[in-house]
Amino acid sequence: MHILAFLIRRLFQAVIVMLIISIIGFSIQDQLGDPLRELVGQSVSEAEREALRDRMGLNDPFWTQYLRFLGNALGGDLGTSYFFKKPALEVILAKFPATFELVLGATFLFVSASIPGGIYCAIRPRAWLARFIMAGSIIGLSIPIFLTAIFLIWIFAVELGVMPSFGRGETVTLPWGWRTGFLTRDGLLHLVLPSISLAAIMLPLFIRLIRAEMIETLSTEYVRFAWAKGLAARRVWFVHAFRNTLLPVVTVGGLQIGTLIAYTILTETVFQWPGMGFMFLEAVKRVDTPLIIAYIIVVGMIFVIVNTIVDLVYTLINPMVKLPGAQG
Amino acid sequence: MIFFRSIAGAAVVAVALAGAGLANAKTLTMAYDADPVSLDPHEQLSGGTLQLSHMLFDPLVRWTKALGFEGRIAESWERLDATTVRFHLRQGVKFHSGNTLTAADVLWTFERLQSSPDFKGIFVPFKAMNVIDDHTIDIVTDGPFPLVLHNATYIFTMDSKFYEGRSEIVKHGDSFASQNASGTGPFIITDREQGVRIEFKRFADYWDTASPGNVDKIVFTPISEAPTRVAALLSGDVDFIAPVPPSDMARIDADPNVDLVTMTGTRIITLQMNQDRVEAFKDVRVRQAITYAINNRGIAEKIMKGFGTAAAQMSPEGYLGYNEALTPRFDLAKAQALMEEAGHGDGFTISMMCPNNRYVNDAKICEAAANMLAKIKITVNLSTMPKAQYWPKYDERAADIMMIGWHSDTEDSANFYEFLAMTPNADTGRGQYNSGAYSNAEVDSLTEASLLETDDAKRAGMLRKIEQILFDEAAYVPLHWQDLSWAARKGVGIEAVINVQNFPYLGDLVIE
Repeated sequence: MHILAFLIRRLFQAVIVMLIISIIGFSIQDQLGDPLRELVGQSVSEAEREALRDRMGLNDPFWTQYLRFLGNALGGDLGTSYFFKKPALEVILAKFPATFELVLGATFLFVSASIPGGIYCAIRPRAWLARFIMAGSIIGLSIPIFLTAIFLIWIFAVELGVMPSFGRGETVTLPWGWRTGFLTRDGLLHLVLPSISLAAIMLPLFIRLIRAEMIETLSTEYVRFAWAKGLAARRVWFVHAFRNTLLPVVTVGGLQIGTLIAYTILTETVFQWPGMGFMFLEAVKRVDTPLIIAYIIVVGMIFVIVNTIVDLVYTLINPMVKLPGAQG
Repeated sequence: MIFFRSIAGAAVVAVALAGAGLANAKTLTMAYDADPVSLDPHEQLSGGTLQLSHMLFDPLVRWTKALGFEGRIAESWERLDATTVRFHLRQGVKFHSGNTLTAADVLWTFERLQSSPDFKGIFVPFKAMNVIDDHTIDIVTDGPFPLVLHNATYIFTMDSKFYEGRSEIVKHGDSFASQNASGTGPFIITDREQGVRIEFKRFADYWDTASPGNVDKIVFTPISEAPTRVAALLSGDVDFIAPVPPSDMARIDADPNVDLVTMTGTRIITLQMNQDRVEAFKDVRVRQAITYAINNRGIAEKIMKGFGTAAAQMSPEGYLGYNEALTPRFDLAKAQALMEEAGHGDGFTISMMCPNNRYVNDAKICEAAANMLAKIKITVNLSTMPKAQYWPKYDERAADIMMIGWHSDTEDSANFYEFLAMTPNADTGRGQYNSGAYSNAEVDSLTEASLLETDDAKRAGMLRKIEQILFDEAAYVPLHWQDLSWAARKGVGIEAVINVQNFPYLGDLVIE
């Protein structure tokens, strides 16, 4: 019952978050530029543009526009993209698999590299490799992602010619309409460089975090007790110490999802990856306001969902933790 | 007339391979910075739409490289009298749907153009189109109109039977014509994911069997990031890209496997000095001082890295109004003297706004111009912003100096003056992009007269006179004509099919 109460509470919060996001989105839309400029040629007269603006309802008062949007949104209609000429939500959902697979690829890379890396640096802090990793992670933290991305394209696509330079490659459409690049060699090949670029942002952070937490855990009483008991080193490190290192790592990881989504915008743009992030940046350039607003609402939703999952995972790792809001 | 610079010595291979025909069909993969917003040729008047229209449709006539005309749907034409031009249409031209083109399709297309918010402006001087028989039409203009052929390049004939009943032009939403097309053009779309890729295949029944083109399939990908676009070409993932960013030209030039082609463009980049906002700008000496102070040759060389031709007028070479007597006039001492003469020796402070993603290196150009004005003690508060934010500001005339680039839709000089130099008039739409509020009755009347003069020599005299007046009065600050650039893998004969309008005739492209 605790979980159910927790989920209901979260759902309620999610609705409020969506409402606030949509109001913010709506109130900034005038600052994004004039969509009419993107819809018509440059010699079309101002009077003509004004007539179109009227017909599209862009001249209505703020609250009229917002309530109309809200009414439609309740029916699942977040507006129609000017550029794609399709419902904004449909456009975003069609782009979602590409972004999801990219995030999955990057997550796989930085998790599988940061855990052994972080643990190694914690238990052999003086080894030259550990020093090298730590120094490298400082550099890694300070290189902007588009530089990493262009550097990778340059080395592996242009100079060596072993990797594709852009796009998603060959995809397979699964029965439920999900287009995946995981099932073809070409698709996987196209995933490599974008995943590395995106992972490069998270990797140094996680190596440093795991190392710090691990070092702290290794100095606790119960780890010393485990050593005293004469347990095998592997058991002490991986079962006793590492498990307790995970807790803060999961928390930070959950918070970092936002950063990850923000960076998909840059990664996807550089690699012309046909996902939501690239779509969003293009929408901003084209002043495709309905699509921009729908995107921030969907991303807000993703945040809420991910945070809920993180909270649930938390309880699995550490039974001592209670779900927030679910009084036991 | 048009100046070519073919780096790496690309030879025109089209001639050599003419006649090879479709026997050795080729696939072209190409990447542009954006993909067209719609398949409807009448929805938006933009470079992207015209580029696509030349693939899917054919106009009555099209531009040649030398800025002349060649017949497409129209086989020949003749002027019957001062207000009528007769077009003889080609016989046996098939649409993609299988329908045969007749004069009725051309008339239907013309009427649809007149209802398009973007295109109808071009066709205002056209009073009527009369069908004489199945393959003959007359275009009747309001008065004597010199630009009948110029405007006929916009009549991309649509398949009236195919579109009938579902031909609505929708600017902001779905429509049949924005997702489906039947034209007479060399290519048919086989697959399209908007913003990601478009696939074309050659139309088997294309009427132009004399075309040397041997491209059977085209895969078009928009790549908005310039470095990625360049990398895609250099890595061999695509065969053909445009535009090429000036910063990467040297690198592409140095690569033995690709050819870079650049061409002097016809888009003029200018700064406008708003006389309604700044009293001093009403003084011709102050305006002259500003044009003398801005070293636009330096800007073209240093900031544009040679990817622009410094200008002293709006009309590029090859246009009727091009006045070869006018040359850039950078002279700092003279600028200072003029400022003193006008009583502004101590300078003044003004605001300036420029876009930062609309024209090549736009923000950098404005920074340089602002620094140059500091030398004659004009302090410039410059703000730059993305074009999405810039246009509303431009419409408000929000700064004392604003940047505007202009490409003449008709490839004719008068279009520049209509929009940039004539006295702003909300009713007629003249001077819509004259944010300087410059007004000169002679320029107004000469421009209007030039639109009613069918004698080329007389027209040229009028248009050149306008350029001279604008120059003498320093009506605006001419900067440069922005160059055009393309790059392709060696063996892809782009040089033969590109043009200054920036819609390569891909139907005629030959790949070795």
